[in-house]
Amino acid sequence: MPPGSPIPSWNLLTDIQELWSFPFMVTAFRAGTIVAILAGAIGWFMVLRKQSFAGHSLAMVSFPGAAGATLIGVSTAYGYFGFCIAAALVIAARPRTGSGGHSEESAVTGTVQAFALACGFLFVALYKGFLDGITALLFGSLLGVTDDEVLILLIVAVLALGTLAVIGRPLLFASIDPDVAAARGVPVRALATVFLVLLGAAVAEASQLTGALLVFALLVMPAATAQVLTARPGLSLVLSMLIGVLVTWFGLGVAFYSQYPIGFFVTTFAFVLYVLANAIRLGLPRLRMSWSTA
Amino acid sequence: MISLLTTDFMRHALLAGTAIAAACGLVGYFLVLRAQVFTGDALSHVAFTGALAALAFGIDPRIGLFVGTVAVALLLGALGRRGRADDVVIGNIFAWVLGLGVFFLTVYTTSRSTANGTAGVTILFGSIFGISAGQAVTAAWIAAAICVILLFIARPLLFSSIDEAVAAAHGVPVRLLGYVFLVLVGACSAEATQAAGALLLLGLLAAPAGTAHRLTTRPYLGLALAAGLAVVEMWVGLVLSALFSRIPPSFAILAVAAGVYALVLIADTLRKSTNGATKPAPDHTPTHPERALI
Repeated sequence: MPPGSPIPSWNLLTDIQELWSFPFMVTAFRAGTIVAILAGAIGWFMVLRKQSFAGHSLAMVSFPGAAGATLIGVSTAYGYFGFCIAAALVIAARPRTGSGGHSEESAVTGTVQAFALACGFLFVALYKGFLDGITALLFGSLLGVTDDEVLILLIVAVLALGTLAVIGRPLLFASIDPDVAAARGVPVRALATVFLVLLGAAVAEASQLTGALLVFALLVMPAATAQVLTARPGLSLVLSMLIGVLVTWFGLGVAFYSQYPIGFFVTTFAFVLYVLANAIRLGLPRLRMSWSTA
Repeated sequence: MISLLTTDFMRHALLAGTAIAAACGLVGYFLVLRAQVFTGDALSHVAFTGALAALAFGIDPRIGLFVGTVAVALLLGALGRRGRADDVVIGNIFAWVLGLGVFFLTVYTTSRSTANGTAGVTILFGSIFGISAGQAVTAAWIAAAICVILLFIARPLLFSSIDEAVAAAHGVPVRLLGYVFLVLVGACSAEATQAAGALLLLGLLAAPAGTAHRLTTRPYLGLALAAGLAVVEMWVGLVLSALFSRIPPSFAILAVAAGVYALVLIADTLRKSTNGATKPAPDHTPTHPERALI
């Protein structure tokens, strides 16, 4: 998987030129940028709506999706999108049992998630000689995306972000105070369903690059960091996308020059930013207050 | 059938599996009751990283499993209020921990000449039929210890899970119990990783417990039911996968557990909808039925 053994010079410009002299790196950078922007935006709403567990479960479902697609011999992209969006609809359609049912819902989600992973494992076991691919499906690889698939990624991302732009304001309202929003005539339930489908699409996109297990990092970490840094919704939404893109670029660049996989670098950079953001918030509460009032 | 049960690998699997399933059922019951399923999920991912880190440094993976899960369990307890961590914090930590796991996987497979290329897959998805006699006995003892400790603290833990404020006012050491419970969850995850694998053990924690919660509101009966269901589901799964050798054991166990849960959910929903049409009186659903019994 590591392409030869390129050695980075300390001249950033030459390094970037060298990176982009490889067509697969250009593809990876394009895919990474698309995925990071989408995951940053959708993840921001996911963190706001406290749906981390649902997002994580959707990420897990992408694994049997890809494994199943490989088993029946179609492009893994179909498997990712098909399974993730279907699972999002299942989570949305699940009947609400009232406020008391919260803990039981998580038991259902957990069971579905573990069962989905088990199905993925079964597909892999049934498909002989696929055991090497399993690591790439779970943890991603630089070569995970082809040129044609970048186009699919782009189309889906534009559609998803367009939808998000249309429903953004009411969704924000419904996320912050669902009861008041419902009283004002905002269709809270329909918005929740649309959002889950968007989340499914974002997860399906991101898993093609980072693998099923590490998607969650792109969804939750930039968003959580941005929400720690500023309380203003518009600013932190943009910040979340920016952090996602930066982290992905650095991850791709460093992964190219090292023998370790991209997932490790992306998660580590994102986590360092998150810890730094929390340290800033805890260390400089006064300064932060003056920022948010400015 | 009888000859199958007397083979060595089946006897070891049954011994370890029974003890592990009982521990998972008991721990899972409290996880669902305390709405901490996401914590169990996070700890199961930590198990993966712990085991691979130990392999990368060349020590027994079980040491890495236990050290990793128990340490992160304590960390999660320290970060959350009253021994319960926030979803976003959990999500950030375990996304990064998974990234670290990938790092150790690469270190292990590239640096050790004796490396087993499928070690990562084994840890993620389990290999209960590969367990040795010594490992099975150790696993059984540790699982038995988890069960005994949990039953010992069951009464105060039930009280503090159902109503933390009242329990604290009665002098129950709520915070300490929260920590002890998290450590038990960590130990249980480490145990179950050997049977079902790091990715699938969540099903073993959530499915029998969710089923028990649906079947009865009486806490001690529920505990017994969760443990009993988990053990029986483990047995059925093991036998099924031994009979049909193409089905991996962890898939069989999870499929049985998820299937039983799904059947109970469907039956219960049907019963409620037919009952609800004739008599709306909520005769068996007081808000906190457990409280009356303690």
